[in-house]
Amino acid sequence: MNRYENVVAHSGREVVSSNKVLKNTYLLLSATIGFSAVTAMLSMAIGVPPIAYIVSLIAAMVLGIFVLPKTANSSRGIGVIFLITGLLGFGLGPVLSQYLALPNGPQVIATAFAGTGIIFLGLSGYALNTKRDFSFMGGFLFAGMMVVVLAMLANIFLQMPALSLAVSSGIILLMSGFILFDTSRIVSGGETNYIMATYGLYLTIFNIFISLLNILGIMGDD
Amino acid sequence: MQILAVVAGILMLFVLWPAYKHWSTSSPKAEKGDWSAALLPLLAVVGLVILLIFSVR
Repeated sequence: MNRYENVVAHSGREVVSSNKVLKNTYLLLSATIGFSAVTAMLSMAIGVPPIAYIVSLIAAMVLGIFVLPKTANSSRGIGVIFLITGLLGFGLGPVLSQYLALPNGPQVIATAFAGTGIIFLGLSGYALNTKRDFSFMGGFLFAGMMVVVLAMLANIFLQMPALSLAVSSGIILLMSGFILFDTSRIVSGGETNYIMATYGLYLTIFNIFISLLNILGIMGDD
Repeated sequence: MQILAVVAGILMLFVLWPAYKHWSTSSPKAEKGDWSAALLPLLAVVGLVILLIFSVR
């Protein structure tokens, strides 16, 4: 085999490998979203108190920081990712119950759900079709996230609706950037673990949905 | 509830800081046309969110 054939065979293997990661990521992502929907419905049916949202969020974050990276290379990682997404869905239940109590609550939830789907599918399709490497956005996206988290922390004490809207808008834009960033990393072979890739994409979808709910809840109210 | 929210925020910063340090030093430089290719879909997202706001009002 000459050098050219070697290069072609090597890049061919990389493409097959990244396609496999992409396929597994989307399969696991749809399964985890479905599981989250089930746990969200369960927590709504039980009527868990609103504090469950923040407790589930912290528990999921702890699992995501300390447990998932250690188990992502084994089959235990699948159990951990279902546990994390199940917890996040369970925490979402009381939030959805609060929105459902609003006069236009069901419409706000349906619109946020549809909007999240359009944003995710549109941006993923764009990143897959352009074949551009969006990893140059990494520093900008993480710096932006740190600013948004600091603003979020400030708003816990300030309780300003305008700042809350600004934070939610910033999160939607940053998470949209993360969809481009994460998808192009999977395509280019920068992310080879489909469990970690699923975790990243799931978090972007979750954050876009929550932020859209917040924006539509505030702006939809006369 | 507020204390728990602060704990969640600090945890997020704890996760973000090493990722920020890594990507700010080792992310590749943008080439010509990269930023416009990224900003175009993000502008579409802004347009969609405005559209969704009008649809629930």
